[in-house]
Amino acid sequence: MGASGCGKSLTLKCIAGIVTPEEGKIVLNGKVLFDSKLGINIPPQQRKIGLLFQNYALFPNMTVRENIGISCNKKNRKSITDRLLKEFRLNQLESRYPGQLSGGEQQRVAMARILAYDPEALLLDEPFSALDSYLKEELQQNLIDFLRKFNKDILMVSHSRGELYRFCDYIAVIDHGSLMETGNKRKIFEDPEKFITARLTGCRNISRAIRISDYEVRAIDWSVNLHTNKRVEDNIRYVGIQSCYIKPGEQHEENTIPINLSDSLEGPDQVKFVLTKQEDANYSHNSNLLWTVAKQEWRHLYQLKFPEYIQIPKEHILLLTESEKRKIC
Amino acid sequence: MNWSPLWISLSVAIPATMITFFLGIFIAKKVISANAPVSKLLDVIFTLPLVLPPTVVGFLLLILFGKNGLIGRFLYSVGIQIVFTRLAAIIAAIVVSFPLMYRSAKAAFEQQDGNLIQAGRTLGLTKIQIFWRIEMPLAAPGILSGTILTFARALGEFGATLMIAGNIPKITQTMPMAIYMNIQRGETKIASVWVLLMIMLSFFMILFLNFINIKKEEKGIHNITS
Repeated sequence: MGASGCGKSLTLKCIAGIVTPEEGKIVLNGKVLFDSKLGINIPPQQRKIGLLFQNYALFPNMTVRENIGISCNKKNRKSITDRLLKEFRLNQLESRYPGQLSGGEQQRVAMARILAYDPEALLLDEPFSALDSYLKEELQQNLIDFLRKFNKDILMVSHSRGELYRFCDYIAVIDHGSLMETGNKRKIFEDPEKFITARLTGCRNISRAIRISDYEVRAIDWSVNLHTNKRVEDNIRYVGIQSCYIKPGEQHEENTIPINLSDSLEGPDQVKFVLTKQEDANYSHNSNLLWTVAKQEWRHLYQLKFPEYIQIPKEHILLLTESEKRKIC
Repeated sequence: MNWSPLWISLSVAIPATMITFFLGIFIAKKVISANAPVSKLLDVIFTLPLVLPPTVVGFLLLILFGKNGLIGRFLYSVGIQIVFTRLAAIIAAIVVSFPLMYRSAKAAFEQQDGNLIQAGRTLGLTKIQIFWRIEMPLAAPGILSGTILTFARALGEFGATLMIAGNIPKITQTMPMAIYMNIQRGETKIASVWVLLMIMLSFFMILFLNFINIKKEEKGIHNITS
């Protein structure tokens, strides 16, 4: 996971061998593919790594059948291609050219072509970025089904947190070419340690912070002291709260902030409120809070008066450190 | 009517086109893979004959292949004469038409989506397989139109040919030469036959060229290499 241009795709290309890194080491299943110190650089043809390109890179001069069978030797080309055409439901399309296929069909051909090569690992480079959004969900389910049958390592690159959450078990966060944080997807999404991880997983409410005591922290941008469940470490720099975990509050409760509603953005199944602090003399855009409420809850809320205070539940407070730079390898 | 200029023209243009075809593709690939400054410089040099007046090309060829020329002197010493032969006409046609083949091939290769070649490499295809099965078929329309332009240019070559091969009837007198000579002599009728033949040949070559482009669009090749 990483923002556009952070080096995700480049990392995949280095692993596949089509880009040569300046330094470092790439090892797959115990086999050294690249080592700048020892001068090892196995050509991509011998790495046996399947790479699904962002635009699928199907050969436009070949039919679907020819594309899939390109890596096979003459002897078993027909049997392998027949099997994959069936598996990826491409029988009807076998004599079409890539230019005549939809985005989803192209993706299936590209996957079939890679599997015909029987790679030892599979790399997916933003597999859905070339597709229309309304088709994505169905295609994602299809791809997940195909990937389940592939019982070797799969590495996927994306800037879409939804996609990553659906597809991956283990996530590595990359920023400016450096590895920031790695972990189980639930850990990364629900309990990130780094500022950049919180941002990339969709946390919109982040404030600069100072430690006050073991279980109390000052949120500078929100001018409030927050009590926490987790122990506050010395290296804390930011606190965050996911917009869906904010609750309406009362003045006397702990971790409450007086707010004004400045804007509301209605989506198809949820409403987002943009909140500003009350009596905020030095107003800055940074101190805005975003509060996401499900439609149903919103109707309920709307009948009552809009709350004057919001509460930041202590169990959902993210304690974040600065992102110090670390090389990928 | 003496038809020898037609056969001479074809016997010059056909071998010249064949040689330019391979040379153009080979040089285009080399220039593309060269480093930036070298590649830019080579590109200028290989395109030069396209913009230079043919007489300048003819002059330079005389310096190279003349009796006292850099290469000519050596060839003369082993008994080969270039100047005023069919071979000289072929050499002139190659040099003058080369940029058309080279530029068409270079454009065709450069337009290709680099990911296709990379995809080929990750699928275990060798360099040679990638060239023949992916790069060449995709570059084919561009290379074919380059070949037709080359042939047309070789067929119509006049200036450089006149300087290095001369205008010797039945030996180096090509169709364009015949037109010039007949006009000089006042034989307008014979000249107009050759003119008509040249126009027809060129017309059908361009018609064929457009036909290739239509074919390419039908296959849907153009809308995937984005």
